[in-house]
Amino acid sequence: MSRISTTFASLAAQGRKALIPFITAGDPQPDQTLPLMRALVAGGADIIELGAPFSDPMADGPTIQRASERALVHGMSLRRVLALVRDFRRENDATPIVLMGYANPVEAYGIDAFARDAHEAGVDGVLVVDYPPEECAGFAAAMKRVQIDPIFLLAPTSTAKRFGEVAQFGAGYIYYVSLKGVTGSATLDLDEVARRIPLIREQVGMPVGVGFGIRDGATAARIATVADAVVIGSRIIEEIENSPAGEAAPRVQGFLSGIRAAMDTATKQGVAL
Amino acid sequence: MQMQDLPYSMPDAAGHFGPYGGIFVAETLMPALAELREAYAAAQADPEFRAEYEYDLKHYVGRPSPIYHAKRWSGLLGGAQIYLKREDLNHTGAHKINNCIGQALLARRMGKPRVIAETGAGQHGVATATVAARYGMECVVYMGSEDVRRQVANVYRMKLLGATVVPVESGSKTLKDALNEAMRDWVTNIGNTFYIIGTVAGPHPYPMMVRDFQAVIGEECKTQIPELAGRQPDAVIACVGGGSNAMGIFYPYIPVAGVRLIGVEAAGHGLDTGKHSASLTAGRSGVLHGNRTYLLQDEDGQVIETHSISAGLDYPGVGPEHAWLKDSGRAEYATITDAEALQAFHDLCHFEGIIPALESSHALAHAAKMAPTLSSDKILLVNLSGRGDKDMHTVAEKSGIRF
Repeated sequence: MSRISTTFASLAAQGRKALIPFITAGDPQPDQTLPLMRALVAGGADIIELGAPFSDPMADGPTIQRASERALVHGMSLRRVLALVRDFRRENDATPIVLMGYANPVEAYGIDAFARDAHEAGVDGVLVVDYPPEECAGFAAAMKRVQIDPIFLLAPTSTAKRFGEVAQFGAGYIYYVSLKGVTGSATLDLDEVARRIPLIREQVGMPVGVGFGIRDGATAARIATVADAVVIGSRIIEEIENSPAGEAAPRVQGFLSGIRAAMDTATKQGVAL
Repeated sequence: MQMQDLPYSMPDAAGHFGPYGGIFVAETLMPALAELREAYAAAQADPEFRAEYEYDLKHYVGRPSPIYHAKRWSGLLGGAQIYLKREDLNHTGAHKINNCIGQALLARRMGKPRVIAETGAGQHGVATATVAARYGMECVVYMGSEDVRRQVANVYRMKLLGATVVPVESGSKTLKDALNEAMRDWVTNIGNTFYIIGTVAGPHPYPMMVRDFQAVIGEECKTQIPELAGRQPDAVIACVGGGSNAMGIFYPYIPVAGVRLIGVEAAGHGLDTGKHSASLTAGRSGVLHGNRTYLLQDEDGQVIETHSISAGLDYPGVGPEHAWLKDSGRAEYATITDAEALQAFHDLCHFEGIIPALESSHALAHAAKMAPTLSSDKILLVNLSGRGDKDMHTVAEKSGIRF
């Protein structure tokens, strides 16, 4: 059983939901990524989504693009992201890590070389934003050969045909993009999310995480009552951006603890939407 | 001479030109692209749509654009005869309008009242703003803030035409960043917005659709040049940034054996300086802006900043069909430096009384290199894709003149 499946199974047994924070590797400086990852775990993260920066992050909003630019200025590359994962694994063998990024750096690395090195570093899942199922059969197979889960996005507009393709190529969990737009966008239709999640879970047969537009404990709590996981990205990057030098890790930990507590309270009480 | 037609049918149903093209976008954009594919297929099959497009090309754009035999310049070069396809005479001054009319009509058919566009030099932005005014649509144009600074006059033109110009401050603040930002707008406002992409790049169906709307250039040439010169040309030459004017003139000639197709990329300060935009010549395969194509990238797969004196060629990718035409050997790709393009720009002004766009000057410069190596009965057909009024400032600056 992969670290991701183990995590979801153990949470389900406790009646809790997964908290999946996102940070960009190398933001604001490469030497702060490990302290930030420790802070995420301490703040209650069950899985960490680690962004591999790309020069042209088309599907992300301005916040995550700024994080990418800061990381790239400091020479962050896919190779160095894998080195950071390897370092993290020396001290933490439990928390699953999902790399999130764009196709071009992965292809420049070489898909087979990337699969091998990511597996050796201790990566558990990979989400390549601009690889829809129809363009990545080979990539998904290469990941599965080394027990890395290919994770796919589904959107409010995804068709039933797409559910089938994602069930075929994907593993680990589904990342449900809860609104139209890019990461960091403002509004979120909670009723729509509540309607769609059970349907997706049933048809795809994987846990469903919800992301895009989750900015506070109240929203996270409501999502936690219907979805299997809550993904938070841009709001954490903002916390990092707004922290004075050296204070990002404690601030992120504090912010995430609040989200964790709100989610756990909601799931314990079985608060309905 | 009887030409033997060769079969050519690209892209496949999923938008692939061999290994290139395709649809590399986040799931959020998939439904919009599916809707666009269906609407475009329906429009293509509808004679009324075609008739409306052709009506506006004739009466609004001024098509067909003439072919002009640059006799004096050809004589001075001492070799092949150079013929110019005069896209510079179109309304708005370049080939870009052909595609914008097609896409705006499609947007109207799809019931989208708002159009957005990305622009580098501003030519595609101006063409989009123009058709938006013509069809009564809201128009937002994304433009890198660096390009806004370099192309003040075009920014003002777009505003005169009623468009909102949004300067993009991210990344290198040029065309590729404007494209990223336009994609973001589209994914956020998918319900009421049509994204008019200006070149033969982006996710399927854009490379095919833009090519089809620009193919009128080559189709006219196939009729016009035999009337003028008695036969089809020996070579067709066009500049390639994203590659829409080149695809437009190449496409009808792809099946015609014996006609060389030559794309000319911007070598900027020189290929060895790293400051250029020659994706096909110096790049390698990668994924950007929704398609697989040749890309200028570093060893980590990050897209690198490009340079060309001509903002319209200053792009790190290239249309996927060009990538395929290169690999298949059907087309050849050459490069021309900033300095060579400037020389051709001045020569055409002096010897033919035509001020060409700096983009087109790259194609002219390559023709000027080729002509003296060929006999005087050879025919080179150059796509003069735009006029140079927009480049006055850049050229004057290079000559040490300030307005």
